[in-house]
Amino acid sequence: MAHRWGMVVDLDRCTGCEACVTACHAENNIPTVGPQEAANGRAMHWMRVERYWEGEYPDAKVKFRPVLCQQCDNAPCEAVCPTYAAHQTDEGLNAQVYNRCIGTRYCANACSYNVRFFNFFNPQWEKPLHLQLNPDVSVREVGVMEKCTFCVQRIKTGKRTAATENRELKDGDIQPACAQACPSGAIIFGDLNDHESRAARLAHSPRGTKLLEDLGAEPKVTYLQRQPWNESDA
Amino acid sequence: MSRTRNNPLADDLLRPLFNTGVWFYLAVAALGTVVLTGLTAWAYQMWHGMGVAGVNWPVFWGFHETNFVFWIGISHAGTLISAILRLVNARWRRPVTRCAEVITVFALMIGAIFPIIHLGKPWLFYWVAPYPSQGSIWPNFRSPLVWDFFAINTYLTGSLLFLMLPMIPDFALVRDRAVGLRKRIYGLLAMGWQGTTQQWNRLEAAMQIMAIAIIPVAVSVHTIVSFDFSMAQVPMWHSTIFGPYFVAGAIFSGIAALILAMTVLRRMLRLHDYLQDIHFDNLAKLLLLMALLWGYFVTAERITVWYGNEPHEMAAFWSTQRGLYSPLFWTMVCCNFVLPLALLPFRRMRIGFGAVVAASGVVVGMWLERFLIIVPSLSNKQLPYTWGGYTPQPVEVIVMASTFAAMALLYTLFAKVVPIISIWEMRVGNQPHPAATAAPEHELPELSKARP
Repeated sequence: MAHRWGMVVDLDRCTGCEACVTACHAENNIPTVGPQEAANGRAMHWMRVERYWEGEYPDAKVKFRPVLCQQCDNAPCEAVCPTYAAHQTDEGLNAQVYNRCIGTRYCANACSYNVRFFNFFNPQWEKPLHLQLNPDVSVREVGVMEKCTFCVQRIKTGKRTAATENRELKDGDIQPACAQACPSGAIIFGDLNDHESRAARLAHSPRGTKLLEDLGAEPKVTYLQRQPWNESDA
Repeated sequence: MSRTRNNPLADDLLRPLFNTGVWFYLAVAALGTVVLTGLTAWAYQMWHGMGVAGVNWPVFWGFHETNFVFWIGISHAGTLISAILRLVNARWRRPVTRCAEVITVFALMIGAIFPIIHLGKPWLFYWVAPYPSQGSIWPNFRSPLVWDFFAINTYLTGSLLFLMLPMIPDFALVRDRAVGLRKRIYGLLAMGWQGTTQQWNRLEAAMQIMAIAIIPVAVSVHTIVSFDFSMAQVPMWHSTIFGPYFVAGAIFSGIAALILAMTVLRRMLRLHDYLQDIHFDNLAKLLLLMALLWGYFVTAERITVWYGNEPHEMAAFWSTQRGLYSPLFWTMVCCNFVLPLALLPFRRMRIGFGAVVAASGVVVGMWLERFLIIVPSLSNKQLPYTWGGYTPQPVEVIVMASTFAAMALLYTLFAKVVPIISIWEMRVGNQPHPAATAAPEHELPELSKARP
């Protein structure tokens, strides 16, 4: 059966340390744009940790939510792309074909999660940082959109490794950079079509919700969160 | 040559074609400079990347897209109005139709460039067109941007035909008066027009067909432009009212642009005998009607969102009603509704300076409307963490200014090479059939020869 990659993010475990953000930048050759351009809204974080405050000081509680591309089954970004640069793969990934993108930025507007990023300028790395680019990931040029790929290069490597070792792909063979870097193990990646995988089981947890579920984009990322109104099930 | 000498109307209306004043060169030089500056700004943006514009995360669309919708809106001045006036056979239309149709063609050309200007890779714009390629990838027909491509091209082709058809007899008129190279060029444009009854009948039939065909095309074009927004689940975009709201707004801004263009033409080309008070009076009445319709649409849109009180939408709603963008919103309401309603009920205002003030207000107000549809919604999407803002940058302002100059430049050049008022339609006047009056006397024997 075809794979269907998905993710579970346990908000009760997330400490907001942003190790996932850093790991994502390093793994995927995401350029940093500097403080000025970041203030102008040109920062690119395929993975970001959103902070929300509840209550008033001094009884304020801060909540963290790592947000990345939700890899929607019914993705609004794909329908609006005039050139099929954004399209759904057989394994349920929302692929972005950089060579096919002409930069209408329509996908970014259509995405309710705002997880798509535009290369407003050609990316630059100060020497010697250019030597640490990941050779498995293409560097994007000015004028195209980019977004979280669920570390598709790691998915491919995992499948190839399993094939050379002449065995089936096991749950946990493949880990995106964010999941690997998370010190509290809040990010779990796996095949949703494999009902025994950790991600598939946790995706059905009563603690699970989808982000902006009512919009009907059918995201493949599930957020786990203690639900005080439903304590007995948690 | 003798047959055209006894035609004072043509003498008068062809004057700008044969006599060139200093002001023409000055205007072309000045406008051309501004257009070149705009092209330079675009080149600068292409060279450095879209980052030199103000667009950012999460407001990925800004001035360029506003101008796109604005200019496509302006284009509804001409063809639609002139087609309707032709179909209902409004007699006062005759001196107005060509001025209006020209606005359509040029505004469409300018509007259609903006989707290319706004691309991250403008040189690949043709990828939205279906063409046989080695990769055998077609455009995504689910994308409203591809619908735009087809809608705008259909409308541009249709409007060009609609503009060119009634120009043929006038081209023939110029051909008969001109000498040398000019005679040959106009001869080609006149496509062998001899003014036979058969030719008149065919012209009339063709124009009748085009007048009917162009109306649904015009309506669909701005509906599809509105789909760029209403098809996306962005707060305040995802609304069924957008289609008719955009079409009404487009006609509204189009009439305003037409009034302004006619005012300038009347002064510059001294056309007071042709563009009379009745034309301004009638167009201003139409503008007043559209102001009321616009007010109705805005009220319907706003009150539905406000009463529905959906949290996602309210953020975008309040940012325009009393937040950051509210000064722009209330300026828009003044320009588009208060000003026309205050000025245009009075005939003295409609035929005088009042119409110019109201029309200028409407052009500004409709531009603001397009901006207020795009930017506040993108600034306030569903996740509050991602809220942002937008500040236009010089490159966007320069490109925008240059398109206004481009419109004026194209119009000036057009009025130089084509009589801006349809001479034969003026001559036909109230007569039932053009062949009866428009064919010069001595062509009648040829006419009978042509019959079997």
